[in-house]
Amino acid sequence: MRVKGTVFKYGDNVDTDVIIPARYLNIADAEELASHAMEDIDTSFVQKARPGDIIVAGRNFGCGSSREHAPRVLKDSGISCIIASSFARIFYRNAINIGLPILESTEAAENIGIGNEVSVDFETGTIEDLSTGKSFQSQPFPKFIQDIIDNDGLFNSLKARAAEEKGATEGI
Amino acid sequence: MGMTMTQKILAAHAGLEEVTPGQLIEARIDLALANDVTAPMAIRALRDNGLDRVFDKSKVCLVLDHFAPNKDIKSAEQCKLCRDFANAHDLELFFDVGAMGIEHALLPEQGLVTAGDLVVGADSHTCTYGALGAFSTGVGSTDIAAAMATGRSWFRVPEAIRFELSGELQPWVSGKDVILWIIGKIGVDGALYKSMEFSGTGVASLSMDDRLTICNMAIEAGAKNGIFPVDGATCTYLNGRAIRPAVEFCADPDAAYEQVIEVDLGAIPPTVAMPHLPENARPASELTSVELDQCVIGSCTNGRISDMRIAAQVLTGKRVHPRVRTIVIPATQDIYLQCVREGLVETFIEAGAVVSTPTCGPCLGGHMGILAAGERAIATTNRNFVGRMGHPESEVYLASPAVAAASAIAGHIVDPQNV
Ligand code: SF4
Repeated sequence: MRVKGTVFKYGDNVDTDVIIPARYLNIADAEELASHAMEDIDTSFVQKARPGDIIVAGRNFGCGSSREHAPRVLKDSGISCIIASSFARIFYRNAINIGLPILESTEAAENIGIGNEVSVDFETGTIEDLSTGKSFQSQPFPKFIQDIIDNDGLFNSLKARAAEEKGATEGI
Repeated sequence: MGMTMTQKILAAHAGLEEVTPGQLIEARIDLALANDVTAPMAIRALRDNGLDRVFDKSKVCLVLDHFAPNKDIKSAEQCKLCRDFANAHDLELFFDVGAMGIEHALLPEQGLVTAGDLVVGADSHTCTYGALGAFSTGVGSTDIAAAMATGRSWFRVPEAIRFELSGELQPWVSGKDVILWIIGKIGVDGALYKSMEFSGTGVASLSMDDRLTICNMAIEAGAKNGIFPVDGATCTYLNGRAIRPAVEFCADPDAAYEQVIEVDLGAIPPTVAMPHLPENARPASELTSVELDQCVIGSCTNGRISDMRIAAQVLTGKRVHPRVRTIVIPATQDIYLQCVREGLVETFIEAGAVVSTPTCGPCLGGHMGILAAGERAIATTNRNFVGRMGHPESEVYLASPAVAAASAIAGHIVDPQNV
């Protein structure tokens, strides 16, 4: 799987409280919730984000609260991938579980500039900055994580696995 | 190769003799927790996927604490969704208004977590229970939905950092100062993906409340969990309280640690973390020029009875500064009642503070004490990110109950040793 998009760039320790402030956590509607994504650090994010766009950030992206609303509002805003030097662990799990691919690469995080066009190949972990021609390597996902991403989230992948097992039994 | 305490608990719950760092395992869980913010998303995920069931009605716990008592109509709808789910599945561990408290104060208090347990919670501060010798960690709504339905969860076995504690705390210094001081040293990603294991001769001098506060903020260093060894104090706390028998896991003498960090408890001063990261730790005595508009004493970090007692001790016979709105929130109904019985509520009210029913409230900028632009609060909570307690241009300084109460009186940050 490959994605391509324009880069939004942020610094270190972007926390889930700024990705989606707690004052909106009583909103159940996905679209309404996503309309507040990043507003405490980047008021223009919601207007500018287009389907396919990519976030590039520094260390410890997604630290703080375990709210799954954080990766969800980014995904619902059209973000196709997040590249950072490192991710906070709960955010990492949540992003994978909802089918939002995230990659770690300090080199990419340091070198890719705001507004650049970037393409990412998840199978190989290759990140290409089409604006500068530079390319960076990150760890591709282990198979079970790639399965979750391919199925667009943990639940779908659990269902797919169950269906496969059932199919296999029926085939016997 | 020896295993750490955390690795042993994970291995036992995965049915394995041994695990090694980096290994992906699936493990049985003893308790799955969610609250009024994270449970609705999990409940919807279960329904949308035709998995509307729980693995064990005595091991799925829902606590309505964040926006409860319902702060507005939307919160009321979220709480109702949780309540209906709890009723439909006959959940034994459902805590609604009147029984609820802030989840991470409530669960240990009610004996719902014990030594050797493996607990997942859809709340990042689930790591608090490591104080009891359990492995507990925060996850998101999808993870908790899967755990609630299946009783299992996947983990990557973490590496560990050992904190070798020695000495004893100075007067007016508590677990909060210890953890702020440690995060100040290692940074907000200093223990990213790892376990923070506490050990050494200093452990015995720390109360259970101190240990709960320390483990509560392990996540603020990026850690997967924080954990204390099981000792006499742990057993005294768990006896007659825990609903499951405690199982003691000890780290092997040859367990591998990525790093060992020595902490002399006696050298830690009253400590404050400045905005907007918990790692911005400074001695309280260096921040006396910081004037305050609000003081919040409560939260899952410092809303326990010992926190209330310390705050009352500082406030007895004094008045808070007229500019500093002081809000005291005992973390559970039992603590609240204890405060009433001991006369602490009277002390707080006489000092000019307000006392609220248990709720997360201002800690996450939910309700009950939101800051306007340019306002500053000192709070015994655990996060001081941009906009955490209200307006994105407001500021939160994190401190212990002693520092917060003393600062509320002074109108600016002070070291309680100097009051
Ligand atoms: S008190 Fe604050 S940190 Fe603790 S559970 Fe509530 S919102 Fe989270």
